[in-house]
Amino acid sequence: MAASLTRSTSLASDSLVRTARRRRAWSFVKPSVIPGFGVTLGLSLTYLTLVVLIPLAGMAIRSAALGPAELWRLATDQRTVNALWVSFGSSLVAALVNVVFGLVVAWVLVRYSFRGRRLLDAIVDLPFALPTAVAGIALSTLYGPSGWIGAPLSHLGIKIAYTPAGIVIALIFIGLPFMVRTVQPVLEELEQELEEAAATLGANRFQTITRVILPRLLPAILTGFALAFARAVGEYGSVIFIASNIPYKSEIAPLLIVIRLQEFNEPAASAIGMVMLVIAFVMLLVINLIQAWARRRYGAV
Amino acid sequence: MARFEQDVAVYDSRRPDEPPDAHSRPTSEPAWVKWTLIGIAVLFLAALLLLPLLTVFTQALSKGIGTFLAAFTDPAGAAAIRLTLLVTAIAVPLNLVFGVCAAWAIAKYEFWGKSFLTTLIDIPFSVSPVISGMIYVILFGANSVLYPYLHDAHLQIVFAVPGIVLATIFVTFPFVARELIPLMQDQGTAEEEAALSLGANGWQTFWRVTLPNIRWGLLYGVLLCNARAMGEFGAVSVISGHIRGKTNTMPLHIELLFDSYNFAGAFAMASLLALLALVTLVAKTLLELRYGDELAATRRH
Repeated sequence: MAASLTRSTSLASDSLVRTARRRRAWSFVKPSVIPGFGVTLGLSLTYLTLVVLIPLAGMAIRSAALGPAELWRLATDQRTVNALWVSFGSSLVAALVNVVFGLVVAWVLVRYSFRGRRLLDAIVDLPFALPTAVAGIALSTLYGPSGWIGAPLSHLGIKIAYTPAGIVIALIFIGLPFMVRTVQPVLEELEQELEEAAATLGANRFQTITRVILPRLLPAILTGFALAFARAVGEYGSVIFIASNIPYKSEIAPLLIVIRLQEFNEPAASAIGMVMLVIAFVMLLVINLIQAWARRRYGAV
Repeated sequence: MARFEQDVAVYDSRRPDEPPDAHSRPTSEPAWVKWTLIGIAVLFLAALLLLPLLTVFTQALSKGIGTFLAAFTDPAGAAAIRLTLLVTAIAVPLNLVFGVCAAWAIAKYEFWGKSFLTTLIDIPFSVSPVISGMIYVILFGANSVLYPYLHDAHLQIVFAVPGIVLATIFVTFPFVARELIPLMQDQGTAEEEAALSLGANGWQTFWRVTLPNIRWGLLYGVLLCNARAMGEFGAVSVISGHIRGKTNTMPLHIELLFDSYNFAGAFAMASLLALLALVTLVAKTLLELRYGDELAATRRH
């Protein structure tokens, strides 16, 4: 009696599970007792569409309406090409500098304990919180000919503000937290046992770091690099104050967009915008691929 | 047995953080390497982050307290502060509601296209601020398809406050959702299901169960959103038209003062925004110290 009862309940639950599974296979959303899916998703999608998708699509349609030949002509205009080179070149240099120094900063913050560590840790986020215009005027004054850093350097004959080096300084500032905050959590969760194992197998500290620790950090380093690079390419506020903004020489692509818009030359502005958007999406894709690869290889990032 | 435990205790007492003979640990670096790295990190962060921050405050007060205060009582300066507060007061609450809705839909349900939606929400982070402003200029500007209708309805969006609000909403769009999604995914749905099974309705569940669980993450997201909304420069610069006393926000007013060689005034205005950035950083550090566990899921940028 008891046995047949359990069998019949298990049969009933089996069929319940089966219906549930069948329904899941057919429906857009997995059934849940929690209310509010329709409202919250509907509101989110509406807001997203109105604020982000329609305006972005508007720009894409507007530049597509120019036709491929005209788009190509605008995108390969010498001043545009130079501006893109300045933007991408200085962003690359800045992101590479951030890889080195961001790694040192993350390492120091995670591995060593010393007075003032918490303060350093907190200040790393400053570029996230400080408005770019404020950063721009502060950096251009600090590294300018009469600034605390610029004045001693100018005695040595080194100029930073109003030269390409100034653009790179501003972009390092903007990108640093991306690098540190991507590497830091991975470094924190790295098992110390791995290093102990390497040491007991006869590796010296340098070998342990270059062959055991750095390969494990590689996905995070690449992600941090890509994030810092992508952010730097689009940066406007902090750069224009410290750069000399000379056309063909030290003019960044976002500044050229602003100039074209002020001339009411929207087609040229949107052509530059499209080039930058396409590259930004490729970067986003690369980041996702790196993370997928890292998940396959190391479990989680 | 007692002896063995004593040995363990002795061993354990030496383990935490710094053993007295650091050289004997194979998983740490020699002291000179450690202090060199700390020195590099401190110098780098000082030159890049601390000194710019100090520059803002010293420059702001360089011409005395009278000049400092005059920057805020000047009609154009006061108008810029009022406009920034108005724009923030509209943009932040809207993004707060959106962020909570999107996080609820994404974290509490399994549905088709969820990861795509998450990617869409991130778009504003990967778009240059200048492009964020430009898309609205193209959509609503004098050369757009919509312009005749807007003109007939006496609605001015570009070079007016609505455009500034829209651009600010766009750039601060992902902050709250970005903080909440990982946090709410981490917390799962068990507590909400328990509340519902005990007879709570949807609203009660949200206000009494979900909200207390996410409040610190939500506060942090709102703080970041607020800092960015008050400090946004590129997007607002493109769409505002720089009409002094009318469509100049604080960052735009800083640019105007700086470009007209009123450095003390520019830095005075900048010091307000720098102060806001500092408050944001301090609040973030305190939240992490006090509620580290509740924020753990968000500790990845």
